[in-house]
Amino acid sequence: MDYLLLQVLNGVQLGLLMFLLAAGLTLTFCIMDLVNLAHGSLYMMGAYIAWTLIGWTDSFVIGAILALPATFLLGVVVEAVVMRRLYARDHLDQVLATFGLILFFNELVRVIWGPAGKSIAVPQFLSHTVEILPGLPYPAYRVAIIAVGAVVAALLAWLVARTRVGMLIRAGASNRRMIAALGINIELLFSLVFGLGAVFAALAGLMAAPLTSVKIGMGDDILILAFVIIVIGGIGSIKGAFVAAMVVGQIDIVGRAFLPDFLKTFMSSAAASSAAPAISQVLVYVVMAGVLIWRPTGLFGQRT
Amino acid sequence: MVEPLLSTDRLVKRFGGLVATDTVSIDVRPGEIHALIGPNGAGKTTLVSQLTGNLAPDAGTIHFAGRDVTRLPTHARVRLGLARSFQITSVLREFTALDNVALAVQAHAGHSFRFLADVRRDERLRAPARRGLEAVGLGERAGTLAATLSHGEQRQLEIAMALAGDPKLLLLDEPMAGMGVEESQRMIGFLQALKGKRAILLIEHDMDAVFQLADRITVLVYGRAIASGTPDEIRANAEVRQAYLGDEIAEIA
Amino acid sequence: MMAALRTPRGLATVVILLVLAVLPLLTQAFDQRYLLSIGTRIVIWAIAAVSLNMILGYGGLVSFGHAVFFGIGGYAVGILDAHGVSSGWIQWPVGVAMAALWAALVGALSLRTRGVYFIMITLAFAQLLYYVGVGLEAYGADDGLNISRSRFAGLVDLRDKASFYWLCFALLAATLWFCSRFANARFGFVIRGAKSNDLRMTALGFPVFRYRLAAFTISGAFGGLAGILLANEGAYISPAMMSWVKSGDLIVIVVLGGMGTLFGPLFGTIAFFVLEESLPPVLNLVQKGWGEYWQIVFGPMLVLIALYARGGIDSLFGRRHG
Repeated sequence: MDYLLLQVLNGVQLGLLMFLLAAGLTLTFCIMDLVNLAHGSLYMMGAYIAWTLIGWTDSFVIGAILALPATFLLGVVVEAVVMRRLYARDHLDQVLATFGLILFFNELVRVIWGPAGKSIAVPQFLSHTVEILPGLPYPAYRVAIIAVGAVVAALLAWLVARTRVGMLIRAGASNRRMIAALGINIELLFSLVFGLGAVFAALAGLMAAPLTSVKIGMGDDILILAFVIIVIGGIGSIKGAFVAAMVVGQIDIVGRAFLPDFLKTFMSSAAASSAAPAISQVLVYVVMAGVLIWRPTGLFGQRT
Repeated sequence: MVEPLLSTDRLVKRFGGLVATDTVSIDVRPGEIHALIGPNGAGKTTLVSQLTGNLAPDAGTIHFAGRDVTRLPTHARVRLGLARSFQITSVLREFTALDNVALAVQAHAGHSFRFLADVRRDERLRAPARRGLEAVGLGERAGTLAATLSHGEQRQLEIAMALAGDPKLLLLDEPMAGMGVEESQRMIGFLQALKGKRAILLIEHDMDAVFQLADRITVLVYGRAIASGTPDEIRANAEVRQAYLGDEIAEIA
Repeated sequence: MMAALRTPRGLATVVILLVLAVLPLLTQAFDQRYLLSIGTRIVIWAIAAVSLNMILGYGGLVSFGHAVFFGIGGYAVGILDAHGVSSGWIQWPVGVAMAALWAALVGALSLRTRGVYFIMITLAFAQLLYYVGVGLEAYGADDGLNISRSRFAGLVDLRDKASFYWLCFALLAATLWFCSRFANARFGFVIRGAKSNDLRMTALGFPVFRYRLAAFTISGAFGGLAGILLANEGAYISPAMMSWVKSGDLIVIVVLGGMGTLFGPLFGTIAFFVLEESLPPVLNLVQKGWGEYWQIVFGPMLVLIALYARGGIDSLFGRRHG
């Protein structure tokens, strides 16, 4: 029972990290009508930049906090140099150009930081465990991730529900004229939104770093999962992305944790433990297929 | 009493709290031009979308050519002989005028799971397509890319495409929209010539055209059909005058 | 044939096809075995690119999972081989049929959606099979599996590099022939019409979904054929055959060559491989050691192509008529 609770918490934590990525994708898609494959590259860059800054400052917190404005800047530059030219283009152009950006960033990281992966240590003050229930310890760092993720999710919920930018998202508007009609400086708005998406991605990347490792291409697989999440949730829905991220997080973690035992009932234990991660990944896609059969535009997507 | 070709029975469509189509029952008889008029936002396009199968009604039925087609997909209704033109010009811009009509012919020439023969040399498609283009006065423009045709020509092309399948009923959504006076007159003449041969459900803003062409007129206001009758009856109808036409109709009458 | 030689496009096409047709003789004459192996891969990738072009170029459907058919064709050969079925007469039809089946399944789900959904769903389903490949412990999982080449007893020995190349080339020619017919036949016109304006096509009476599904399935079948050849080329299969980067590469190739043109995918494949082979040495000339990082140049090139060169190589030969 306790074991199950811990795994569920791990699932929540993974779900929140992926929600940060999916939220950035949703924002750029809703407001700028942009399919950005290179979003995962910002996740990776966030982690690498944080690794460098943590090394310089010798402090996880300061390094991490400095990494956020740094990736914001990176996002704004990428937006100004490439993305801005893609908004009015069709999806194929966007796919092609952002695919090129992925190749560029993966190689850039290899040039700057070298091919070997990096690791970021869990900060000292969070390296203990806390008792979440009497007699049930849980790593403080993971608690911190859940807390930060929840705060950002709440912030986004506020953004969507209470601000003019949020109104655009709720209206499902990717409509320049409508934005202009609201008297907003479009260029500035798009820069800021893209920068914000970059910050969320970087935050997810640097928070995940101590749990996994910082390596080239780390953003690519998780980006595809983020896509799956927004397809399940319904493209353009922040709420949908949140719900789907939670579901996918649970499937992935709980699948990994419990599938081996289940599989062992009909295969060798070695085969079971090596097949389990792959099968839990596959399960995520099966869920997506199921949702699409049931509702082609996702759980909270706009139905036509 | 002639059996109607198309009829709706208490059709209802809601969008959230808004009732866009409110228990509408209309019919179109073979060979007649039935005009559907109403102010902007009266629900004309919503009604048309249900007739073509792009929208599913929440209640009520649609009968066409003796069949209940309420749940039939768009392409199947077209096969039964219900053709349409769009309010916003909708042609295949990257294809020539002749290709456009030939595709319309092809849609009614059995299935298209044919992979080998060159479609541009297929006289079974090209010959009727050429005749169709000539009928709407575009014979000279057969080889021109649809995208480079003038607006009026594109509207004519649309009519040729709609007619290519020899439909029983033509659903024309504002065929005169955006046309100059001269082009409009030519279109009116063309539709006049079709009268009696094909049933037409005409959605049109140009009141001159409507009263020149229509055998019967239905007035839609806030999703409801408030009146239906001959042009004279509609002119005389007090409710219509008050609710919608007002001064405009006084001028014509 | 003679008429084709009069335009630059026709001349370039004929020259390229002639060179490809006699490539084994050339590489033997100049003793460049390595070039033959690149040539073989170019021909195989070109088959896949032509098949992707059927739906992407002619159909306007941005399928981001086409490399999955490499994997399906490859694993069909590899798995059958691992169980002692080495006859190509069985392996190849099974591989093509499996690819078509998977395409029909994915198409049935993804073609009900449009735009971004379609892109992401095709990507996700390719990823699904990728992870299945990773999870297949019995067939090498992540590391892949060495296999023996398909046997066509008495007919052709695939271990002979020149014979294998010519077989691939013949299949490419057949694929191109089919594509040229398909694009101008009734079926192709429906697919191309739906790219131009699918609402209009539906309003004309075409059940667009059905035709697109058929096109997606056919495209997948040819993709599976390319996968079968790829597995035989290296005598090796691995999940990496169907990684999403490979799917991206295929899109790049089709756009680079010229979407919706018959020979564009072939031009694109050649250009892609030439770039891949030549960028590293060129960069090394500029500064020793830079060649390793060639993608830092290639990535921005893709951005520029997307922004400024959508007509692809084909458009360099001037506008097309009709």
